[in-house]
Amino acid sequence: MLYNRSSLQSPFSIRGKIFALDFTLLFSILLLGIISIFAQFSSSGGTFDYYSKSHTIRFSVFFILFLFISFTQIKFWHNTSFLIFFILLLLLLFVKFFGIQSQGSRRWVNLFVINLQPSELMKIGIILFLSNYYHKISEGDVNKVRFLLYPVIAILAPFILVLSQPDLGTAILILLSGIVVTWLAGVRWKIFAYLSVLAVITAPIAISFLKPYQKSRILTFLNPEADPLGAGYQIIQSKIAIGSGGLFGKGFLNGSQAYLNFLPEKHTDFIFTLYSEEFGFLGSVFMIILYTVITYRIIKIGSETRSIFGKLYCYGFANAFFIYVAVNMSMVLGLLPIVGAPLPILSYGGSSMLAIMFGLGIVMSCNVYKNAAVG
Amino acid sequence: MLSFNSSNIASKTRTIGRRMFLLNSIKAVVILGISGRLASLQINESSKYRSLADKNRFRESKFAPPRGAIKDYFGTEIASNTRIYQLHFIPENTPNTDKLLIRLKSLISLPERQVTLIQKKIKKQKKWETIIISDNLSWSEFARLNLFLHELEGVQPIVSIARVYVNNASAHAIGYVSEISPRDIRTKKYLQDLNIAGISVGKTGLESTLDQEMLGSPGFLRYEVNAYGKKIKQVSINSGLKGKTFRTTLDNEVQVFTAKLLENVSGAACVMDIYNGDIISMVSAPTFNPNSFIHGIKTKEWNDLLNNRDKPMINKAISGLYPPGSTIKTLTALSALENDIISTKLYVECKGYIDLHGERFHCWKKKGHGLVGIRTALKKSCDVYFYEVARRLGIDRLAATAEKFGLGKKVLQDYNEEKAGVVPNTKWKIKELGKNWYIGETLHSGIGQGYFLTTPLQLTLMTAQIANGGFKIQPRILVNASTEVGNLQKYLNHKNSSPGNVMSLDDQIFNFGLKPLFRNQENINLVKEAMFAATNEVGGTSYRSRHTDKRYAFAGKTGSSQIKRFTSEQREAEVKQENIAYLSRDHAWFVAFAPVSNPRYAISVLVEHGGSGSKAAAPLAKKIIKKVLERHESRESYPNRLRENI
Repeated sequence: MLYNRSSLQSPFSIRGKIFALDFTLLFSILLLGIISIFAQFSSSGGTFDYYSKSHTIRFSVFFILFLFISFTQIKFWHNTSFLIFFILLLLLLFVKFFGIQSQGSRRWVNLFVINLQPSELMKIGIILFLSNYYHKISEGDVNKVRFLLYPVIAILAPFILVLSQPDLGTAILILLSGIVVTWLAGVRWKIFAYLSVLAVITAPIAISFLKPYQKSRILTFLNPEADPLGAGYQIIQSKIAIGSGGLFGKGFLNGSQAYLNFLPEKHTDFIFTLYSEEFGFLGSVFMIILYTVITYRIIKIGSETRSIFGKLYCYGFANAFFIYVAVNMSMVLGLLPIVGAPLPILSYGGSSMLAIMFGLGIVMSCNVYKNAAVG
Repeated sequence: MLSFNSSNIASKTRTIGRRMFLLNSIKAVVILGISGRLASLQINESSKYRSLADKNRFRESKFAPPRGAIKDYFGTEIASNTRIYQLHFIPENTPNTDKLLIRLKSLISLPERQVTLIQKKIKKQKKWETIIISDNLSWSEFARLNLFLHELEGVQPIVSIARVYVNNASAHAIGYVSEISPRDIRTKKYLQDLNIAGISVGKTGLESTLDQEMLGSPGFLRYEVNAYGKKIKQVSINSGLKGKTFRTTLDNEVQVFTAKLLENVSGAACVMDIYNGDIISMVSAPTFNPNSFIHGIKTKEWNDLLNNRDKPMINKAISGLYPPGSTIKTLTALSALENDIISTKLYVECKGYIDLHGERFHCWKKKGHGLVGIRTALKKSCDVYFYEVARRLGIDRLAATAEKFGLGKKVLQDYNEEKAGVVPNTKWKIKELGKNWYIGETLHSGIGQGYFLTTPLQLTLMTAQIANGGFKIQPRILVNASTEVGNLQKYLNHKNSSPGNVMSLDDQIFNFGLKPLFRNQENINLVKEAMFAATNEVGGTSYRSRHTDKRYAFAGKTGSSQIKRFTSEQREAEVKQENIAYLSRDHAWFVAFAPVSNPRYAISVLVEHGGSGSKAAAPLAKKIIKKVLERHESRESYPNRLRENI
């Protein structure tokens, strides 16, 4: 195809590839990373302790990885997407039986260098798999039952495995990421309606399988003041921290709620609370704008990418990325129950950071090779 | 297997684009939702959450400011504050608690029981909470601790303040403080609001009634805590308002003197200024050490106090109730004269007894006094004369006079423990005992036995109001801030400044707004004259205790309140009080005013089971009177000196 060949000329050189990067996206990520280092530093009480140090190292390493992936050909990710998905599925199975147990759930696999959480990577894996799948089948086949079966299995298999770890938050994010891609690919409204009805019918059964702590979290969300020192403590303290930040915030390293340990999980799920307490409404809005810019650039790259794979992947990832942000923020603001969903890049956590930077790398690769055919 | 053509791609792209547009619209709504929530929390409800965050992080601990002092008339602090040395300790800061305790045992006195108590406390408390190892160290212990402080990681020597009483003499008048009890919190509203753990509060006497004002308003220490309640840093401090200091009318020197005098007896002594009602001295014996209660009294000491025969914890001056004995004869005589029941011309033949309705009433003198008039009857305290007077007078008129002179009701408003006593009359008996009054009881009442119950302070007031010429006074123990001069004081000032200018009685009463308690002042003067005779004329009951020095000469009336009636056998055998069991002996009374030439002070002395007033009480009164009169000059000039200082 002629248009491919002509446009492929320049990206072959290193210089060309560098200029093909989306710098707005790149600097937004870098800025977010720098803010995250400051936030982790504050979360550690203004010291470079284990958390803030390893977060800094992780971001640096994974940012380099992100740049490296950006320069790999999108074709490579297209070709390996099924493989990646199946490896991750196997890892989830492996975790199910041989994973490292911590705080009542099996989520980690020991890779000797790092403890990896395959469920976090699966959030990207499912998007890769479905993008490739819908890239391959023709539009007419999308709504045929035979072609619907594979995506359903591909979504439900990791969903159930992660749910049984148990990790409700990640499971839901995997489910949502997958559904969004299938919907983008053109699956009919009706089918989603049927599935929703099915979900509502099976919900009571599903709830009976929930762990007591998961049930209490949902009840707590509905009425956090019922047990202010127990299950409702996190939501109440988070709201106090954010609310007391006011318009301008308490200032860097001055968040009393975080500093005096009233804030739970302040390195991970509640990092936005800490940030919001210290930088106030203005800082929080800036953060929302930063995330919106990143999401917007990903969507823009998706819209400029010619291949269906690239388009679906970028859109799928953009939606997933946005969902992570929205779920985390809604959670700490008391709009959603506490389900354990990290905030992309800002939260402490290697696997989550790896998944996000890996996913962003592929997006950037789409931008560099936006005119390339994937095969 | 799958076809790739541009139309397929274009169609797919269109579908994807359309659907993505829808999702992006949802995203915009979500962003608005989250931003709106942020705005609502951080802008609309910001102040609410800020106060909640402050409630999380700040704790306040209240502490008591220095307690107000209690001074005597001359400004000497009778109840003051002193530095105390304490040893505090925070387990968290100590690497090895057991080792530390062993080391401490070698430095300060730390009984094994205390150590076990501390160890128990350490287990119960959070490891960063302060434990008080000792709340009252001696200076030498404190100095030693400071010397070895580098070896004692985690301990803090603390200098604090606590109540201290300079002597035991005023223990009853002042009262004592001790650690707050659950009962105090229940019964006293201001302590509920105060809410300071372990604070010392007044338990008796002025310490109790003036407690609220002397406590002052508490200071507070504001500090920041973390989520586990650990103190992070102090934020602010408010030192509170020092408690109010009170000046009393007491003379510490007289108090000490009197207490020393009463050291070996059980009883009480009160001295009052007859013009302004100032209580110069109020001592109850035996006394106790009020300092023992400040850091918690030891069980043994407390039991000794409770089980003591002489009841040291009771303020006998205001809470001890005793029949007034013959001291009431002054009022019996006065009442009869005032009511025109008798005249000074009445003479009664005393044969040592009188028979009435088949009952025999004895005079204290078995042989009798012979023919006696009112003056001799008072001087010699003839019972038979007063039996006759009381018979004619009747109990109700006697009771009215007694009440007028301050018996049967509380003298001061400053003591919770003060008792009102009893002035019996016919109505009282029906109401309290449900029985009719018998004439025989009138006879007993006429000589101050039977139902009559008085406190030493009441008899002091009675004597003072006779001594000042029969005018009502309002006794006081606290010197008011107001400099208002009392009516009687004005009258006295006038009398002193212009000795020659004799005003008629009516003019005196009118000019100075005096409140006379008499109908005819002659009657008062007659009683006073008789009291003079009782002390200063041969044959008077307290003649042996008189002062020959004119400056100290006083006039007094003895009395003894019966504990047990003498049996006729005892009476026949002329059993002496000294020879019967201690607890059966009569209480000895003596009331007096001095100096006789120009009376200024009234005194009453009670000696429990002292036998007779002339032998047990009057000699003590003699010494106290001399002491009080020696102090008179400096007391008179003290207010002037105060003014000069200003």
